[in-house]
Amino acid sequence: MVFETKNKISPNINDYNIDSIRDDFPALSLECNGYPLSFLDSGASAQKPSKVLERMDHAYRNEYANVHRGAYTLSQQATDNYENARKTVADFMNAKSSDEIIFTRNVTSAINLVAHSYGRNFLKAGDEVVISHMEHHANIVPWQLLRDAVGIELKIAPIDDAGNFLLDDFEKILGPKTKLVAITHVSNVLGTIVPIKKIVQLAKTVDAKVLIDGCQGIVHEGVDVQSLDADFYAFTGHKLYGPSGIGVLWGKLDLLNAMPPYEGGGDMIEIVTFEKSTFRDAPARFEAGTPPIIEAVGLAAAIDYITSIGVNNIATHENHMLEYATSCLAEIDGLRIIGNADKKIGIISFELDDIHPHDISTIIDSKGVAVRAGHHCAQPLMERYGVPATTRASFGMYTSEGDIDQLADALKYAKGIFG
Amino acid sequence: MEDDLRELYQEVILDHGKNPRNFARPQNANYEANGNNPLCGDKLTIFVKLGADNIIEDAGFDGRGCAISIASASMMTDIVKGRSIEQVDILFGIFHRMCTGEDISEVPSEFEDDIDKLMVMSGVKQFPMRVKCATLGWHAMQAAVRGDEIASSE
Repeated sequence: MVFETKNKISPNINDYNIDSIRDDFPALSLECNGYPLSFLDSGASAQKPSKVLERMDHAYRNEYANVHRGAYTLSQQATDNYENARKTVADFMNAKSSDEIIFTRNVTSAINLVAHSYGRNFLKAGDEVVISHMEHHANIVPWQLLRDAVGIELKIAPIDDAGNFLLDDFEKILGPKTKLVAITHVSNVLGTIVPIKKIVQLAKTVDAKVLIDGCQGIVHEGVDVQSLDADFYAFTGHKLYGPSGIGVLWGKLDLLNAMPPYEGGGDMIEIVTFEKSTFRDAPARFEAGTPPIIEAVGLAAAIDYITSIGVNNIATHENHMLEYATSCLAEIDGLRIIGNADKKIGIISFELDDIHPHDISTIIDSKGVAVRAGHHCAQPLMERYGVPATTRASFGMYTSEGDIDQLADALKYAKGIFG
Repeated sequence: MEDDLRELYQEVILDHGKNPRNFARPQNANYEANGNNPLCGDKLTIFVKLGADNIIEDAGFDGRGCAISIASASMMTDIVKGRSIEQVDILFGIFHRMCTGEDISEVPSEFEDDIDKLMVMSGVKQFPMRVKCATLGWHAMQAAVRGDEIASSE
């Protein structure tokens, strides 16, 4: 297995002050069932640093009003905060313009926005949409709904047994009918880092648009959307140490402005009469109604926090944790890791003997260890590996060797119960 | 917490989980239904041989699930044999109350032995997120005898 980051600028892990980072996250000092909490479910949702919580609290107390409406000071301040958050997100992704950043509810609503607004207006019966075998349900079901509505065909790009994305096979699927490629940046189950840059290059050879589900990927690698040159990139705030209730859809501006609205309502219109309405350009066109105002402020605070630590430093730390955990877990008899891709992030899905993941999760919870058990919203992938469910430990910027030792001990305890 | 855990994962349950009884489709089964837990992807199929007088003459199951759902379905398929559909409804009602920690002091005498056997499952009441595991087989059983094809724990 190779552990790589895009750009290692911190070769010495001692530069990374894990204790001080852990102190920034109040939830990490919780006790769970008499043990220190070992939180290994950041892939489902990450804990929040104090800076995010305090910033949101301050904004609710001192800077709160609805946005884009009032002519009074407080509303102007709330609007400035909201639009500055958009700028922070745009800079974080290296977007050309803040106008390319649409705030959504989460990544699911971002993908559904594209499936509706782009899919139903630019795709027709017989057109092909390519997804991969390791997509989250959020990047499967919207395309199935589109298939049922419009008659597109859904093609599945395969993976190998280790969980590597198979570029050659992907290339063979592409053809003149391919109009859209919708692929995850990183598998939420296997941890595989998908070669999205090569995927975009290949998709362009057949003039297909590309959407990247960046839910897991942006957290661990960041993204430069100009260099990537995809057409859409979606991510969610709560996995990026920000609040729940806010997601981001980045899209190329020309494309966004060619797309009709997804939801209709206030804030997205120019003129409304009972006969017809006209719509504003992106991003307003896709932000009907009162948006997630304070969530945007919290997301910006999370991005500021991550940036202050350094995305690459975080990735380096998480790679060390992945190496450490992989070797710890390898010592446990009967433990089988599912997902051994050449490049992966700090996500380890595994089976332990024939103990069901739900039983494992309940038992190790009694030792203070929080992991995800289930199908991880990726049932076709579970089918691919012939398992109904897996147990998944996923790491974040604050994961320590102590968390992983606690996991390993708890797993041994679970083995003891099942004899 | 660890005492609660030991009560949940006691020997009887581990044994039923590893060596489930009636883990097959009975010959002449005339009703079946799938039980799905969409949260975890577990799937059980319950098979029933229902007699003309609505008496369950035989019952079995197969599928995949956790120790709790398999053990519960295993015990259930033993207990429902010889019972009528109406009696199974009553039994499930009591069992469900047991799993959620509600009062089950007034068990009709005809069910006392069955409920005594099922009491090993009562530890699940300390684990609210696992109640659906314990009741999955029962939901599917009800669906089967009613002629529905699919039951969901949701």
